[in-house]
Order: sequence, then structure tokens, then C-alpha cells
Amino acid sequence: MTALLEISDLSVRFGPVRAVDGVSLQVAAGPFGLGLVGESGSGKSTIGRAVVRLLPALSGGQIRFEGADVMALRGRALQDYRRAAQIVFQDPDNSLDPRMRIGTSIREALAAHRLAPRRQAAGRVRGLLTEVGLDPGFASRYPHQLSGGQRQRVAIARALSVAPRLLVLDEPTSALDVRAQARILALIGRLRTDRKLGYMLITHNVALVGELCEQTAVLYLGRVAESGPTGELLRAPAHPYTVALRTAVPEIDALARRSRLVLPGEPPDAASPPPGCVFHPRCPLAVPRCRTEVPALRPAGPPGRLVACHRGEEVLRGALGRALSLTAPQTGQALGSGLR
Amino acid sequence: MRPAPPRLAIRDLQVRFGGRPVVGIAEFGLGEAEIVGLAGESGSGKSMTTLAVLGLAPTVGATVRGSIQLDGLELTRLSQRALRDIRGRRIAAIFQSPATAFSPVFKVGSVVLRALRLHGMSRADAADAAARAMRQVLLAPDLLDRYPMQLSGGQLQRVAIALALALRAEVLLADEPTSALDVTVQAEVLELLRGLREREGMSVLLISHDLAVVAELCDRVAIMRAGRIVEQGPASQVLSAPRHEYTAELLAAVPRIGAGPGVTG
Amino acid sequence: MIEAPTPADIPAAALPRGQALRRGLRANPLLVVGALAALLIVVIAVAAPLLAPFPADAGTATHPFAVLRPPSAAHWFGTDQVGRDVLSRVIYGARISPLVAVIVLAIACLIGVPLGVAAGYFGGWVDEVIMRVTDIFLAFPSLLLALALAAVLPTSLTSLTIAISVTWWPWYTRLIRGQAASVAGRPYIDSCRALGIPHWRIIVRHILPNSVTPLIVQVSLDVGGVILTASALSFLGLGAQDPTPDWGLMVAEGQNYFTTAWWVVTFPGLAIMVTAFAFNLLGDGLRDLLDPRRTLLS
Repeated sequence: MTALLEISDLSVRFGPVRAVDGVSLQVAAGPFGLGLVGESGSGKSTIGRAVVRLLPALSGGQIRFEGADVMALRGRALQDYRRAAQIVFQDPDNSLDPRMRIGTSIREALAAHRLAPRRQAAGRVRGLLTEVGLDPGFASRYPHQLSGGQRQRVAIARALSVAPRLLVLDEPTSALDVRAQARILALIGRLRTDRKLGYMLITHNVALVGELCEQTAVLYLGRVAESGPTGELLRAPAHPYTVALRTAVPEIDALARRSRLVLPGEPPDAASPPPGCVFHPRCPLAVPRCRTEVPALRPAGPPGRLVACHRGEEVLRGALGRALSLTAPQTGQALGSGLR
Repeated sequence: MRPAPPRLAIRDLQVRFGGRPVVGIAEFGLGEAEIVGLAGESGSGKSMTTLAVLGLAPTVGATVRGSIQLDGLELTRLSQRALRDIRGRRIAAIFQSPATAFSPVFKVGSVVLRALRLHGMSRADAADAAARAMRQVLLAPDLLDRYPMQLSGGQLQRVAIALALALRAEVLLADEPTSALDVTVQAEVLELLRGLREREGMSVLLISHDLAVVAELCDRVAIMRAGRIVEQGPASQVLSAPRHEYTAELLAAVPRIGAGPGVTG
Repeated sequence: MIEAPTPADIPAAALPRGQALRRGLRANPLLVVGALAALLIVVIAVAAPLLAPFPADAGTATHPFAVLRPPSAAHWFGTDQVGRDVLSRVIYGARISPLVAVIVLAIACLIGVPLGVAAGYFGGWVDEVIMRVTDIFLAFPSLLLALALAAVLPTSLTSLTIAISVTWWPWYTRLIRGQAASVAGRPYIDSCRALGIPHWRIIVRHILPNSVTPLIVQVSLDVGGVILTASALSFLGLGAQDPTPDWGLMVAEGQNYFTTAWWVVTFPGLAIMVTAFAFNLLGDGLRDLLDPRRTLLS
């Protein structure tokens, strides 16, 4: 079964900065969700843009959609791809032309691919607005007359208008209030089933992937730290960075709180990454080998789990144990000082 | 509940903007060495409340009526000049975008030093206080020699906290201090804020739309909606057993890790 | 229900177009004054044959016996060195200077805007090439360049217009390029590209409409500037020729008589000043009106 989207060893460089450095990922045919989790500088947004061909060129690797090399597409094949893969961006304030009515914005997409003759276009627009949970009457409004959550839905409707099979969602809810966020996530869940959508959910919020993504990959400085089935990955991480990410998320439920793995220092400069494992300067489990040898993304633990850490198995077995146990209020002390 | 009178007491606060009422708070207080959260969605009036407390409401064209008292001192009756003394010295503030606190053409150190000297410290004392405060926020003092663009968002926010520390403010208003930060950096900044309460006895008013942040950090919380407080009380209570349906709605909307099967196993 | 804008929300008030326009006009008296004055000048230009007491004086007529008469009931602005009614000539002059300005600015926009949009939207080497060419033109002091061109071309109003247009377009290229580049970087443009919408359509339907506002303001302000430049060049003898009632030319011709017959120079000079000022007010007012931080029109 060919994966819907296959990213192999993708590298993207902007001058000296290695935004993406040898990333491999797969998105299976829908309904399927791949979570891409990372903080700023992880390269997750760049990967999203590369997938929908918003980058002029790759510095290395390949992106294949249903077997075909995305960057090599031309003419008709490229136009077909523009329909098959779509993207929704983070910023609801700038994702729509402020001078265009909502209906016109959506119709523009239909017109670009000649998907509906003029008479039918209005009907299609109304249908799409209803599908994303908006009153069809919104078609005559301007973006500034809608709330952020509503604008995000319009952006989704616009992306859906061409009936994509793959949807890239780049931080679709991080600029929204919590209730609007919940509604958008519910919408994505609905679309997933209704349209058999395959999607890549890019986010810095680990809590989102648990609900919507079968598989998740954690990124750090342009590389995959680990990947695998979402539930397992969050329950039993195999990479120290995942542990740090996981325990840094604030919890409402006091019982769910864990001791925090505090990362010293700052994320390194992407233009001159540290030698060996890029995470080693901040890693509580770093050993001399980590300073010299770049860890390859390899299977570790249960099948389907991949990790780029020399001591991945130890992490799986609980070397950062205190971080994962259910203790009373966290202390916030840096762990790892006693683990070397 | 609150044996001592609150450090910051708000009573019958009415803020109007553009001819419409935007905040209407009957009673709200911030005690000594207490972290209180003001939580709500955008448009709930929480930021307007912050501006009102800082005496900055007129700068955006809003009018304030009612009482805001800092240790008994009525802030709403003070002149702008008197308010300038209070701001920073007794009430410090940090905002969502730390870059707004620092002009890009000055080194962060000069901004910090100037603020300290403005509030009466000698040059030597100011330098000492700044260095000490930097170490308290786990930053090397020589970072003060850098320009804002040379520091990360998390570092800038910590410098802003250091400034509040150096000024020995009694109250710190933190308006969405971590919303623009990565989650691991957020965790550190929140930890710092907790430290302020523990080690310095500072009272912190945390404004946030993120209920989880409020849950972890705050002793008490007030939920705001459409300019009014719909519910307030101890954080652990309000957030686990809400009495108002709006609070319950907000809580239900927060995504939890591992909550329900979703699509994963 | 209390609607509370947070500081971030404050500018986002949405008013229906008509209401916003009326409120904007009330808050911008400059705009109203400037617009009315500009309109007045246009009316004078159009109705010149009806308004001028001695229309023939704007042409080839001369009156050797009425030379250099001071302002009087018959000749409100007096007469010039060949006996022509200054008032009539000033009135007819309103047809020339503003028209030159309009043509110059139209040409400057026709050249400058497409280049600027292309540079801003495509970036890369397109941007480099266009901007370096623009920089070369901008490196010359515009008046000198216009002077040089006008001196080379056969002396006439047409040459003047061409000369000034050539020096004017680079400013617009630079202005539009900045705006276009800023708009091109916004997510909705990315989403258009991801949807496979062709470049030309993106430029016409998205980039242009969203970049054009500062240009509108700049063009209004520039009307005054072009008029002054054209007057200066005519004064130097490089534009209109006698008997064309161009204001700059009138000032040049009258300067010899300034001490004895001040009116020959003063009234055309005032006309230049008032016209430039009126359009400056219009431009200033438009800028304030279209500033999204004050009022939102769309």
C-alpha cells in the first residue's frame, strides 16, 4: 500500500541555516493523521510548506505524493497536485484577503481549477460554508466582520473547495481562544471521517495530537527526535526531548502533573548546530558518544517506534523515571544532575 | 480565606471604551505573596483591567470609574506624575510580547538601568541590583550588554521579570507572559513567577487565556467574561468543580493529553 | 453584553462603508478643504472661457497701449508687459499646469507601478534588476535630470511633460515595491499559490488592490510637486513658450518688471502656490483618512 505522502531524507537550507536536516515521514491514505510536534526552530512549518510546494527547491531528499515526486511535477500534473494537497495556516488575521468577500475568496479557488461553472459556484460556496459549520450567509461578509475562529473555518473551507486528499494544518489553532480551538479540532475530526482526509497536523501543543493523530513525530532543530504511534509516544517517550516537552505542558488536573524535566540553556543556533547529537548540550543523559556521533533514527522498543537517541532504550525503560511517575506537585528542579 | 487586607483591592470598577462599558468588576483582590489568575477569552476585558490598574486606560481612550487601591492608596485619584512613580516601583508589569518592553536601539541593560535610576537608585546600586536580579532569573548578567534582537523571547521575558525584581515591586501584573513562548520556555518562566511569590513575597496578577497555566500557577482564579467576573475562588476548587456553566465550558474545551481515545489507541 | 476590546483588538472596529466615510470626512477637515480647493481649480480650468474677462489675452492678442497697467476695476490683476489681462491668463493657466501634472503622474504610474509590483512580488533577480535600474534614475537630482532632458528635446510643453515623467516614475517603483513585497509575504498569498492560482491573477486581484493605498496618497501630494517642477522648468525657458499662459512662464517673463509692476509676477506665483497647497492638503487629508489606525473604510 503506497503511502499517501512519503517524505524521504528531506533537507531544506536557507543560506547557512539548516531548517530541515534529513527528515523522513509518512502520511497514510485517509482517514489518517500525522502529528508534527516541535517548538520554534524545529523546522515543522518548513516541512509543511515544502509538502505543498511553496518552496522553490529542496536542498536534499524527496517528497513523494502517491508515488510521484512532488518537486518534479509540471503543467497539468502540477495543477492536479495543487488540488490534491492543500494547506491551512496559523494566522487567521492574514489568511484571507481583507478586501475580498468570503464568498469570493472561496470561489477564487474553484475558478482557478475550473471546478464549477459560474452558476453553480455560489451553491458550492454555500455548501462548503455549511460543511465547516458557518452560516452560508457569511459569503457576503468581509473577513474583518468575522471572529478569528470563523476566519480559520473559512480558510479551511477554501482549502477544501478543491477536494484535497491531503491537508497540511500549520498550527491551525494556536492563535485562537480555547473554545474556538475546540470547535476547530472537532471540525477536523469530522472532516477526517466525512472526507477520508489524510492530514499533517503541525503544532507545538502536544495535547492536540493525542486526539487527532495516529502517528506523531517530534522534531528538534530540523531533525526527527522520535516518531511512532501517538498514544504510546506520549505515554512512554523514547527521547529526552519528548520527555521535556511532555512534562512542560501545564495540566489543569493536579493529579496528572508530573515532575518537570527542565532543559538548561537555549536552543542552539540553527546556522551552527552542535556536533554529534544536536540535543546533547541540553540533554540530562548526554554521554561522550553523544558529542561525537550523530544518532540515526532507528527502531527502538515496540515495533513502529523510531528514535534518534543513543540511549533511547534507557529512556523507554524509565531512565528519566522521576519525570514520568505520578508524584505530588512538581518541584521543577532540573533532573539529570544525578543521573550521569 | 484572606486574613490580611488585600494588597491590591478593586471595587466597583467600571471601564468604558468607545462609549460602551467594557469592564464591570464588583470586587476583586490580590493578597500578599499570592498569585491570582484573571482568566478569560479574548474580549473578556482582562487586558483592559490591567491597563486600568496601571493607570494607562486614558492612553487608549478608555475611562475608569470606581476604586483601585494599592495598600490603601487610591490609584484612580492619582495624577499621572504620581502614577509614574508607582509604575515600576510598586506595580511592575510584563506583557505578552517582551520585545515591546525593550526598544530595539538600546541594549537591554541600558533600559533596565535607566528604569532603576528613574526610580531613585544611584548608578552603582542600579548596576548591582540589575546583576543580582539577572542571576535570580538564571541569566548571566553579561546578557545585559546585548540588544533585544540578540536575545530569545524567553530570555527577554526573563529580563523583564528581572527588572521587576530589581525594582522590588510589590505587585507584578503579568499579561499573557508566556503565550508567545515555546512550551519548554513557558515552563521556566512560570517557574520563575512562582519563585517571585515564594522568595520575594511578591503578589502576582496573572492574566491568561490558558486555564492550564492558571491551574498550575495560581492560588486563586477569577474567570472573566464580557467584562464581568463570573466566578472566583481557590484555583483548585474553581477549576475542578466549577459552579458557573461558562467556566465548565472553558474547562471542557481544553485539550488534554491522553484524554479519551480520539483516533489513537 | 459588554464587548471588551483588548488592546490588540482596539483598531478592529468594522463600520459600514458609508458611515465610515462620513465619520472620516468629519475628522479630517484638511481633506475637505483640500478637496474643495482642488475641485475649484478644476472648475476654473474647465470653465475658463466663461470666467476669463478677456479670453483672447490668453492667446496671441496683444495690446500695446495697455501695457503694464496696475490692478483696477477693468483688470483685477492688472496687465502684463504686452498689455494682456493677467487675470484671464491666470485663469487659462489653470488648464495647463494641473493638466501637465495629471499626465506626468499618469505616465509615472504606468511605468512605475508595474515595475514595482513585479519587483516586490517576484523578488530574486527580477527585484535586483528593476531596483538597480530604479536606483540609477534616483541617483540623479530630479530637477537636473528633467532640465537635461528638456534641454535636449525640442522646447515645448510636451517635452516638459516627458522630461518630468522620466524623473518621476522611480519613486513610485520604490514605493510600490515595498508595499507589494509586504503583501506578497502574507499567508493569503501563500494560500493562493498553494491553490495553483496563476501569478498574474494573484497580482491583479490581490497584490495591486492591497498595495495601492500609499500610492493614492503620494500621487495627490505629488500634484503640487509636479506643478512646482513644471513651473520651475518653464521659468527656465524649457517648457511652455509664449504666448501659452503657463504660470511658470508668466513668472519668468514678468521678473524683469518686478520692481515696477509687481502684479505681473505675483499673481501667477500665487496661483502656483495655492494650487500646490490645495493638492498637498488633499494628499495629507487622504493619508489621514486612509490610515487604518484612525478609520477603517473597508
